[in-house]
Amino acid sequence: MAQAVGTAHLETSTGLDNRKLLMWLFLGSECLFFGSLIAAYLLYRDRSVTGPYPQDLFDIPFTSVSAFVLLMSSVSMVLALAAIQRGNVRGMQIWLFTTAILGLLFISGQAFEFTEFNHEGLSLSTNLFGTTFFVLTGFHGAHVTIGVLILLSLFTVSLQGRIQQKDSLNVELAGLYWHFVDIVWIVIFTLVYLIQP
Amino acid sequence: MTLAEYRKRGGLEAARDEEHVGEAAHAEKHPGPLEYAQIGLILAVITGVEVAIYYLGLAHTLLVVGLMVLSATKFSMVVLWFMHLKFDNRIFSTMFILGFILALSVFTVALATVGGKLV
Repeated sequence: MAQAVGTAHLETSTGLDNRKLLMWLFLGSECLFFGSLIAAYLLYRDRSVTGPYPQDLFDIPFTSVSAFVLLMSSVSMVLALAAIQRGNVRGMQIWLFTTAILGLLFISGQAFEFTEFNHEGLSLSTNLFGTTFFVLTGFHGAHVTIGVLILLSLFTVSLQGRIQQKDSLNVELAGLYWHFVDIVWIVIFTLVYLIQP
Repeated sequence: MTLAEYRKRGGLEAARDEEHVGEAAHAEKHPGPLEYAQIGLILAVITGVEVAIYYLGLAHTLLVVGLMVLSATKFSMVVLWFMHLKFDNRIFSTMFILGFILALSVFTVALATVGGKLV
């Protein structure tokens, strides 16, 4: 099932919308940012002199649920975009709000996980595992938080009737950012949580 | 469009109308909600399989290869369908793939030179 969607053919040198081009350029640079943080984690995770170590702390069932929640938020995000591209403002509002709630659920899970790890004696300065783990997942959590703020802003603006079908690019740009945050977690979930030394 | 042509055609409003016609003319095919839901279901199943094989007690190398393949599949599906790289202009793909390849290179070189290990 496919639908026709208007894409910009603009008076720019590329014929593409510069905002979308800039977003993809930004996401390309973010790959390097998170790639470096993941590499640093893999380099140092098993070089800690003192514990606790990853295998002492990770709760795979709990993190799996978090990963599932974030993955499903990507589905709701793309459904919000599909709705506004078909002119269904109400549908977009429902799916945007659902995405924001799922994002908040993910952040709450991460806050709970960080607190549990802290109670087990792991902090940013405990060992190399703690430092690299908290920096990597903390930066990801910050990205999710920014994403939730963007989604809630879009939701509020749409309630004021300021997002119509012709403004679907705004939702698409927010969606691109949100999906990127999701794919980063897909990688982190596998490399950090499921594959342990 | 030159400035003279722009003024002759009626300025900003006319240019916008022209742009909207251009949008319709250059309409692309994006998947519909049903296809998105189907992809979401596949992604959920893959995540379930990932967690299941984690508990299967496979040999470490086999586990790593299996998880990497599943993770790459999920990554690709989100990028191609949800982020529309499969349907959008190739310039967007180029931007993202260049960044990704650069990140992968840094990742590989760092692990290889400093002695980090994945398996």
